Amino acid sequence: MRVPAALATAAFAVAALAADSNIDLLHSSLVATFRQQAVSVDAVFRRFEGEIDYDPALPAATRATLSVDMTSLDISDEDTNAEVRKSVWFDTTRFPRATFRSTSVKPSAAGHFDAAGELTIKGQARPITVAVSVQRAGAALAYDGRFELSRRDFNIGDPTWNQVLDDKVLVHFHLQAASH
Amino acid sequence: MSANYTRTAIALHWVLAGLIITLLAMGWLMSDMPPGPTKFQVVNWHKWGGITVLGLFFVRSLWRLTHPVPAPIPMPVWQQKLAEIMHALLYAMLLVQPLTGWLYSSAVGRQVVYLNLIPLPNLVARNPPLGAVFKDIHENGGTLLAVIIGLHALAALKHHFVDRDDTLRRMLRWRAH
Repeated sequence: MRVPAALATAAFAVAALAADSNIDLLHSSLVATFRQQAVSVDAVFRRFEGEIDYDPALPAATRATLSVDMTSLDISDEDTNAEVRKSVWFDTTRFPRATFRSTSVKPSAAGHFDAAGELTIKGQARPITVAVSVQRAGAALAYDGRFELSRRDFNIGDPTWNQVLDDKVLVHFHLQAASH
Repeated sequence: MSANYTRTAIALHWVLAGLIITLLAMGWLMSDMPPGPTKFQVVNWHKWGGITVLGLFFVRSLWRLTHPVPAPIPMPVWQQKLAEIMHALLYAMLLVQPLTGWLYSSAVGRQVVYLNLIPLPNLVARNPPLGAVFKDIHENGGTLLAVIIGLHALAALKHHFVDRDDTLRRMLRWRAH
């Protein structure tokens, strides 16, 4: 049987990828909320990994990377899921991953910082700044934040949709990561 | 007991008939449409129409409970029983179709915002596999409803043209009360 072997290889590849990741997928979420006329819809990313290196005593030294599996995007029905993978939307065949890499972190209040960095979606890199709050979550730390992005900046979407689909998309996350 | 339907009952019957036939046609058309803004628009109209049907179901049921319908026109008992079953099914589908549509929309994470103005609560939390089940029930319900409406219309035409009785005429009689 070839299938179990392929599965084992895939599982190994995922494990290897996740080796650097300190993000606990089970207790984390990454969601892009888009608006169609009056209706807000959540697009959920099921798989992502990354590393957040944060020391409460030295918040300015925080570093964060995130790599999102764009093929794990779930908008709850098969037709839409197939549609957004096409080239005019996320083109997941050519661009299977979206990434974020922090460049500088400025602590604001206690437990809060502004992370500036580079967001790359569909091969387009754009600078962004995200306000993040940090909280203890058992032995781990939980990072919460949200930012708005413009679909146009990343060439996401068929322009004929623009009359009913907002350009702005709200990305919000709750990332739980083992503290280093 | 009057021999006639009230004007309100007649109006509700025909408004609902027009609305439901339009919704069935939309539902049938949109299931074959490719994803895109046009389909999105048609799906939204379909949802708003369905919520309107749900509201009118309650108005109509309340009206019917407080305003007795005319006595049935003399016909064999089996026909009367069959008519009662069909009418009960029609009323049931006026409730089932909007509700399964609303449940489907909720389960796939699309809140219904009536006329783009009034956000309706989600009936269930987002749950795509459950959404697929409601989609199935809703689509098959649509087919069943189309069949029942067809039989209902055929029965009315049979009464009118074959039996030559008052069944259809009294649902059209706007005057003489």
